[in-house]
Amino acid sequence: MSVQAGHGQDTNMDERIGSGLKQRTKQALQDEFLRKAVAFTTDKLKNGRLQAMDAFGDWEAWRDRGRAIREHTNSHLDYYLSQFADNVAGNGGHVYFCSGADDAVKTFMGIADRHKAKLVAKGKSMVSEEIHLNHHLEDRGIEAIETDLGEYILQLARETPSHLIIPAIHKNKQQIADLFTDASGQHFEPETKVLAEYARKKLRNYFLEADIGLTGCNFGVAESGSITLVSNEGNGRMVSTLPKVHVVVMGMERLVPTFEDLEVVLNLLARSATGQKLTTYTSILTGARHPEDLDGPEELHVIILDNGRSAQLGDPIFQEVLNCIRCAACLNVCPVYRHVGGHTYGSVYSGPIGAVLTPLLQQDMKEAGTLSYASSLCGACYEACPVKIPLHDMLVHLRHRKVKMKLTSLPERAAFKTFQTVFGSVTLYKLATKSGYYLQKPLVRGGMIKAGPAPLSGWTQSRFMPMMPKQSFRDKWAALQAELAAKKAAREEQR
Amino acid sequence: MRVSLFITCLSDLLYSEVGESVVRILSDYGCDVDFPEAQTCCGQPAFNSGYQDEAREVARNLIRAFEHSDYVVSPSGSCTGMVHHYYPYLFENEPEWKAKAEALVGKMYEFSQFLVQVLGVTDLGASFPHKVTYHPSCHAMRLLGVKEEPMKLLSCVDSIDFVELPKKEDCCGFGGTFSVKMADMSEAMVCEKAVNVCSTGAEVLVGTDMGCLMNIGGRLNKEGQPVRVMHLAQLLEEGRTSR
Ligand code: SF4
Repeated sequence: MSVQAGHGQDTNMDERIGSGLKQRTKQALQDEFLRKAVAFTTDKLKNGRLQAMDAFGDWEAWRDRGRAIREHTNSHLDYYLSQFADNVAGNGGHVYFCSGADDAVKTFMGIADRHKAKLVAKGKSMVSEEIHLNHHLEDRGIEAIETDLGEYILQLARETPSHLIIPAIHKNKQQIADLFTDASGQHFEPETKVLAEYARKKLRNYFLEADIGLTGCNFGVAESGSITLVSNEGNGRMVSTLPKVHVVVMGMERLVPTFEDLEVVLNLLARSATGQKLTTYTSILTGARHPEDLDGPEELHVIILDNGRSAQLGDPIFQEVLNCIRCAACLNVCPVYRHVGGHTYGSVYSGPIGAVLTPLLQQDMKEAGTLSYASSLCGACYEACPVKIPLHDMLVHLRHRKVKMKLTSLPERAAFKTFQTVFGSVTLYKLATKSGYYLQKPLVRGGMIKAGPAPLSGWTQSRFMPMMPKQSFRDKWAALQAELAAKKAAREEQR
Repeated sequence: MRVSLFITCLSDLLYSEVGESVVRILSDYGCDVDFPEAQTCCGQPAFNSGYQDEAREVARNLIRAFEHSDYVVSPSGSCTGMVHHYYPYLFENEPEWKAKAEALVGKMYEFSQFLVQVLGVTDLGASFPHKVTYHPSCHAMRLLGVKEEPMKLLSCVDSIDFVELPKKEDCCGFGGTFSVKMADMSEAMVCEKAVNVCSTGAEVLVGTDMGCLMNIGGRLNKEGQPVRVMHLAQLLEEGRTSR
């Protein structure tokens, strides 16, 4: 079987992140497979998280601790980055700071060229998705193999991840079996064990043949320059030890100061992500192979990516987004994500964190900023977030940015100006609502509004609307007051 | 005890019965209820759509309306949450108004919260012999932290046949302007909520926020489902008078 590095652009990545949002939503909502698969797995993860939280005890205190650690790190990021970089270098590793995606890709290609690399084995890395590395490797004629099972499935399907930790969450077993059947020419039944077994065998060879192993980094430990990788499949461990060269790509904010801090965030991550106490594999890699080591790569390269992150530092509202530990708990509890899945967001990062992070990293309010509307602001994301990022507030502040930049429509701006005028004064409010009573009349059928022109049609497409009665509460207030006074008088008389 | 009612624009215009129930109950528990006439809306529709300047002026009107109140009680966790969670932020750059905003926060309560926390009542002596399910509203739960109060009140109601709503914490898909702006997403959410409500076999769906109830009720209506939708205050009042 030959595997091409997946572009994915044919299916998922959308230049029109914002203007294509409604179209993608419609598509996703019609995909019964997707909706069932996403709801099934997010429910499972959500319940796992709740049980793990209970079992752990003092969850709120742990959350506060986690938040404090991340907050402290990002508030002193320059310090911890240089400590981290010094320690990586001190252990014989090479560190590269890259300001943007192009820069990071170029750096990676430089390393690949020096080693005349033909095959790259990849562990799961969202940052490599963020810089569209597979796409660039394919252009260069370098084969990249995803070794995370979910990512591997997507590579066969030529799609991008639709979830932070379960990249192929939108695929059911049958679809996966079909993909394997097509790619191998051998027939597969939709049985998890068989499919996983096949992929495992297939992928083993790649670990041994690869010129470069590429991974992300869940947490860099500044005090030692260590790279922490968590996985449940063990592929991260293989990719980072078997090939001669190990390249890490990581966001610049992915640090904790000490091992003591690492303990806290690893606990929060595993429990929030899957409800596990600890992921099956936690690898802590410090430097390349030392003379006394039995295995390990000969070279370690660490590419640290900015790509819009440093622009958030010092921002009173948005710096906190850098505290994210990519656990995906916010995706799993999000009622919007549950129905539309990750690809609807048109971005590498989906769900509530994706809706906030994408416009910030891309520094694009026009298209990417539209993702901020993909939320009912229910706050489930904030409630679930192990480091207490107020995503629901951030979504509102992003909408405010859009308004300030005059990126909302003229009719909408006019409508809210009118809202301000009318609801800012009770005289106008009363006048307007009285006329509202008469204006609604042509739409009312049997005491309800069952259909109406836009934007009301957005409501009536799925619900009826009660008609506005002639008397408002304030119209009834005098009568109510009289009723209460009479009742009170009667009570006093009885005494 | 002097208590001012913040009816909210939605209940003022569409659900006056909810306000009447709230007022009757509070007054039976010894509150002197008034209705400051200058009130309109908390400004949330504008704020949540990103129009903070517009929301601020509507907020100013509300702060002024309740400036002289001792307590303010509202039948909406969402509007109360808006005041609690965002008013001080809205007036960040106006110290005098920020202080006024904070004063309002200090005296403003959602209906069930006020009954349980301030008046200390949970058993209103109501009887309601019907099968009832309850949808907890997101903003009451998450912006205001009102989780236990409505359940405490319901659990004291006599002869009620209470059934838990599956996936009760999932948002119903209202979200104010979200329901219109992202109509398809909202539709998927409200449809699932309606399915869950119907799966309980309840005759009555009760809640603490007319926004959510208008949304879920509107869906149930469209589907022709015979579920009666009520605010908690209405259920309690009906249960008290029918005894
Ligand atoms: S925002 Fe919070 S909940 Fe969402 S992925 Fe990041 S850490 Fe997890």
